[in-house]
Amino acid sequence: MSTNRTPILEIRNLKTYFDTAHGEVKAVNGIDLKIYEGETVGIVGESGCGKSVTSLSIMGLLPKPLASIKEGHIYLGDKDLTKLKDKQMRKIRGNDIAMIFQEPMTSLNPVFTIGQQLSEPLKQHTKLGKKEIRERIIEMLNLVGIPRAEAIIDEYPHQLSGGMRQRVMISLAMLCKPKLLIADEPTTALDVTIQAQILELMKKLKAETQMGMLLITHDLGVVAEVCDRVVVMYAGQVVEDTDINRLFDSPQHPYTRGLLKSMPKHNARKSLLNTISGSVPTPNELPVGCTFAPRCPDAFDKCWAKRPSLFDLGNQLSRCWLHEKEDAEGGSHANEAVTRD
Amino acid sequence: MLDFVLKRTLQMVLVTFLALTAIFFLVRLAGDPTALFLPPDAPKSQLEEFRHALGFDRPVYVQYTDFVWNAIKGDFGESLSTRQDALSMVLARVPATFQLAFSALGLSLLIAIPIGILSAYKRNSIFDRIGVAFTVVGQAVPGFWLGLILIYIFAASLHLLPSGGGGSIMHMILPTVTLASYSVARFARFTRSTTLDILSKDYIRTAKASGVSVTRILFRYTLKNSLIPVITLVALDLGALLGGAVIIETVFSWPGIGRLMLESLLRRDFSVVMAGVFFVAVIYSVLNFIADLLYALVNPQIRY
Repeated sequence: MSTNRTPILEIRNLKTYFDTAHGEVKAVNGIDLKIYEGETVGIVGESGCGKSVTSLSIMGLLPKPLASIKEGHIYLGDKDLTKLKDKQMRKIRGNDIAMIFQEPMTSLNPVFTIGQQLSEPLKQHTKLGKKEIRERIIEMLNLVGIPRAEAIIDEYPHQLSGGMRQRVMISLAMLCKPKLLIADEPTTALDVTIQAQILELMKKLKAETQMGMLLITHDLGVVAEVCDRVVVMYAGQVVEDTDINRLFDSPQHPYTRGLLKSMPKHNARKSLLNTISGSVPTPNELPVGCTFAPRCPDAFDKCWAKRPSLFDLGNQLSRCWLHEKEDAEGGSHANEAVTRD
Repeated sequence: MLDFVLKRTLQMVLVTFLALTAIFFLVRLAGDPTALFLPPDAPKSQLEEFRHALGFDRPVYVQYTDFVWNAIKGDFGESLSTRQDALSMVLARVPATFQLAFSALGLSLLIAIPIGILSAYKRNSIFDRIGVAFTVVGQAVPGFWLGLILIYIFAASLHLLPSGGGGSIMHMILPTVTLASYSVARFARFTRSTTLDILSKDYIRTAKASGVSVTRILFRYTLKNSLIPVITLVALDLGALLGGAVIIETVFSWPGIGRLMLESLLRRDFSVVMAGVFFVAVIYSVLNFIADLLYALVNPQIRY
């Protein structure tokens, strides 16, 4: 699954912890991730698995001083984002890396016009004049499929529908032509037809710009629609890393299989929905062994005793003792990631 | 918009009318004014004559209808003590009161808004704690006491500033500071809590994700949102200030409406009291009306 290209973004052994009243919470506990030019990588997992914290770590938008990156590196090209100062990070946000959020209804400031808000990244990152900024915004609004862009630019968010607002959010993210676009559940709050339109738009924009895209979602349908590669997260760790076809054809980790099984099927209306029994352990009460063991249908003795590392199955990575023997290189596939537990 | 203005004007008329009615009866509970204007040993016949001349011997409801009718014509009668037109006496005091009110308001906003915003941003820091302590003290200290202490320090002991009266900028400093101290505390607390609320909003995260600097987020993107509730508070406080800060004006012998009303009330100079109340009621209503118009200015979701 590796190529000779250099990735746009490379995360190495990222650990982001929260300091809470109940002690240290390991929200992201050592993840590795690479995103290449023109590639869309999906991060899937249940609520609380660390997907969003991963994206906020990349953006440098963790709620300080509550959360901080304790270990690891985030490389954007040759820059290590974890080492940058606030001011340097600000030059990257909205410029090299941009982000779209889940809630289009509340993600735009209600008391500023669309144009005022969209001009912000251009004011921060370019030297364009007023008129050029306005032209650029109108061009971008047209690109994301907003009708009457010349009028909308002077309107306020409450005058637009949810789908339109998400298009505005996308145009906000795309204004400075980012190398990487992070989309955190971009379609979750939208109804299904609008979802499809927004996903189509994101695919189109990615194809035109060759940017890398990190899509965070819990919706495997969305993943199937847009992703090239998928990282499955569970309790702050990557449990499976695979390309999109193998995810659906031959999922390896029992958790991934469970997730796929619990997708509703349109021809099985009469039966109950499949679920994974139990719930995600809270990050400060993780079991000693495999974090998924308490919910795993295939768990055996070793799973309870020792935490597995990511095993390389040739084209897929899986954090499960079942795959220990299949690991081509005996449990040390790519880098130090394997020994980090 | 026209509907709105019309509706609000009617409301203002009603509020003023009700306020005047309430005060009309309340001041009459204070007792008969005639006794205060004649020497204590004046014969009863003279007293009766005086009451008759002023119309106080008529039944109260007659006095009331008479008063309402004249008030509609803008006539509040003459002052019992000075024989001047009551409303003109009140209006003559307006500049002094406005001067004090607006300078106190300006001073308190200038101090309170940055303190509130920075306290929210540096939540739980030492700056925030000092700010909170300061605002609690500011609200707890009574104005008249602070005023007397300031007079003691700056006028009586240090001889730096005049202890009372009006006329120059120097005269304004102490009463302005005293009046502002209470408003500063209120505004700062309020700004802090609304800013805290706004800072946790999704759209602030969006602004951060666009690479906007902290200063710009605080003083542009957050401020305009937190102004909406602050406007209400400012309108109420300004209303109170313009109505005459009775106690502070008295402590500093400031020639404003508040002091005039207090003196008139003590003299049972009813016409002046009524004219003053009329003025205050109108000012209050107008300020509320302006506040409503300002909402529409900062919040595009409000349109009349």
